[in-house]
Amino acid sequence: MNKKTALIIFAHPAFQRSRVNRALLDAANGVDSVLVHDLYEQYPDFDIDVKKEQQLLDQCDIIILQHPMYWFSAPSLLKEWQDLSLLHGWAYGKGATALKDKLLLSVISTGADESFYNKDHENNFSIKELISPYAQLAKVCGMIYLPPFVVHSTHSLNTDGINAHAEDYRNILIALTENRLDIEAAKSMCRLNFDISRIIKTGQVKQ
Amino acid sequence: MHGDEFFFQAIVYLSAALISVPVAKRLGLGSVLGYLVAGILIGPFCIGLVGAEGQDVMHFAEFGVTMMLFLIGLELQPMLLWRLRAPIIGMGGLQVSITAIFIAAAAAVIGLPLKSGLAIGLILALSSTAIVLQSIAEKGLIKTDAGQSSFSVLLFQDIAVIPIIAILPLLAIGSTAGMDQQDYKLWIQNLPAWLHALVVLGIMGAITAVGLFLVRPFFRIIAGTRLRELFTASALLLVIGTAYLMTKVGMSPALGTFMAGVVLANSEYRHELQSDIEPFKGLLLGLFFIAVGAGIDFRLIISSPGTILALVCSLMIIKALVLFILGKFFRMSADQNILFALALAQGSEFGFVLFSFALQHNVLSPDIVNPMVAAVAVSMAFTPLLLLINEKFVQPRFGTKELDSKAADYIDHQSDVIVVGFDSFGSLLGRLLRANGLDITVLELDSDKVELLRKLGLKVYYGDASRYDLLRSAGAENAKILVLAMHDHKKQLQIVNAVKKYFPNLKIFAQTSGRTQAYELYDAGVDHIYRETLDTSLRAGTDVLRALGFRSYQAHRAARTFRLHDEQSVEKLRHISHDHTKYLSAARQHIEDLEELLISELNENRKLRDDGWDASLTSRDMNKAKDK
Repeated sequence: MNKKTALIIFAHPAFQRSRVNRALLDAANGVDSVLVHDLYEQYPDFDIDVKKEQQLLDQCDIIILQHPMYWFSAPSLLKEWQDLSLLHGWAYGKGATALKDKLLLSVISTGADESFYNKDHENNFSIKELISPYAQLAKVCGMIYLPPFVVHSTHSLNTDGINAHAEDYRNILIALTENRLDIEAAKSMCRLNFDISRIIKTGQVKQ
Repeated sequence: MHGDEFFFQAIVYLSAALISVPVAKRLGLGSVLGYLVAGILIGPFCIGLVGAEGQDVMHFAEFGVTMMLFLIGLELQPMLLWRLRAPIIGMGGLQVSITAIFIAAAAAVIGLPLKSGLAIGLILALSSTAIVLQSIAEKGLIKTDAGQSSFSVLLFQDIAVIPIIAILPLLAIGSTAGMDQQDYKLWIQNLPAWLHALVVLGIMGAITAVGLFLVRPFFRIIAGTRLRELFTASALLLVIGTAYLMTKVGMSPALGTFMAGVVLANSEYRHELQSDIEPFKGLLLGLFFIAVGAGIDFRLIISSPGTILALVCSLMIIKALVLFILGKFFRMSADQNILFALALAQGSEFGFVLFSFALQHNVLSPDIVNPMVAAVAVSMAFTPLLLLINEKFVQPRFGTKELDSKAADYIDHQSDVIVVGFDSFGSLLGRLLRANGLDITVLELDSDKVELLRKLGLKVYYGDASRYDLLRSAGAENAKILVLAMHDHKKQLQIVNAVKKYFPNLKIFAQTSGRTQAYELYDAGVDHIYRETLDTSLRAGTDVLRALGFRSYQAHRAARTFRLHDEQSVEKLRHISHDHTKYLSAARQHIEDLEELLISELNENRKLRDDGWDASLTSRDMNKAKDK
């Protein structure tokens, strides 16, 4: 079987205190063809090695940006990483095809619960809207953009709840690398992990 | 000369200089004019404190010119000299030949024979290196177009003296009687011409070879003795020896020392040599200008003022005119061209020598030579005045548009950063700066290390940076930053004191070992201080934390917080350290520091300031708000 490879760009400045992201990463680490790239561990002084980042991106088919939601956005190092690595002429612009046709997926944890990001609530924007810069980024780079995988209410989740999310994450990653995720079905979801049974195809899939 | 008489003469010369030079400077006239006036005052035609021996003094003081050319040579790296070849040969050659022809023509007009006219023309075509360069340097104009061109022309003239001495006897009218009355016996005067040329070439090659291969190891040994006066002695020996050799083969001593200077321009001892020779040059040049002033024959001038005045005016007008046309030809801008033309319009100190030489060889008669010599002296005295008039009244019409910026890269090649000491600290820092395209000047006291670093291709100079003169010749006046990268704490304090006094423009960055030393350096006025082990130990600590399982970013921030706190405590304790009586031992200071550190760690350092990333409180509030 022709497996796809996934690269998780992980950004968490206080990972030592995180329960949810640790469980998610532990799940991801057990999946074949998935590489976890821990930005804050790799670049504590924010000094991004652009060449190396581009090589990593070159070698994968699926790019996953995993991070907690801080001020309705990603931690600062992820932005630095984008700014320096996704260069004109390489990621986008005339003749740039480095990222073309790769999948882009955001994996986000939030302290607030799901209704907080509901438009009916006093908030104006949904998670999907808040991370629209990534949708735009995918479009500019010719990538296929998936709805985000979101874990809400991280502070009130108990261990079972966390484990359930981790299991979902693992299954999605396996489906992605084995090319068993129904991309078109997935695109219509508000978040990728709303009901994963509806988007994961079973059995072998032709390439 | 008797001891008594010598001392009396010294007192006369020195006091004349000390009185008139400051006055002249105060009046904005420049030091050259001050010295000249001093000479006139003590000369036989005014107060009369010095008499006929003024001529001897002048011959002796001419050596100042030789030293000046050595110093200029030191500033001129061979490559830069090569770039100046067009102005030197082109401009200089044209200036000497055209001026000589014009003056010869003028002489023919007043009825002198062609041969005499040509001799006068050749002698008067030369300009005074001493007066021109000193005046221009004093006004800070050496880097300008006019300054560079003047220098080129003067250099050519220095070389031209040799063929002129060779040609003059051929222009004799009567018999060549005075041949064996020459001032100095040449070693080679009995040799055929081709052998003569060979010997001259050989000597010049020898000077170059000695400069390239022998002088540096020799200086390294001398520097190893750490005896300052020995270095001065060897510098003097080098200059005087070269001058003597050149004289003995009938060449211009100034040209020889200039060559020696150029050969040593790339050496690590350049700044040291400069600061050793500089005071001698200054004193001798001053003496020379005084002698010129004292030598002006006022009796002759008073007896026939019209003749002398006409001679001076026609000399200066012809020279200035030729120079101005040359300047136009070489595309100098109008303001620079006027400066160039006026600066070089006088006669030369070589003129005195050459006129008496011409007299000895029956080329010219005394009734021509005497007024000529007087005219040369007066024209030299007029030059600083002319330059002053130019500066005050002519140049303002042009504005100051290009006095500074142009052609700054020939002489005076200096960098913004001076690094003192080239141990591991200095070398790492130096490499970082160089890697980013910065040119740095390095001063190092260990001559062996200098040698080694030079072999690695670094621009390192030998010298003690606590000396004012050495700092100055390393370019401290124009540099922006001084980095004290050496370990000797006492020396650091000495340098800081010297820099604060003479070069307050310099920002000082210093490395030091401990806290106590850091306080002293701060108090002395150092702007930035780096304790040598701080960064390394914190980096090692960071790695230990990581090895124990800390997140890399967490460890990194912990180290940064610690470091910030540590630096703040140095800043705090620095002010407290002033209240301590001098009896308080350094040991107690250390204990206090340590206490302060430990306490503050317990209170603050443990809590990393990353609450911003802990969203639990915020989100609880948000969820409550939702419930309402």
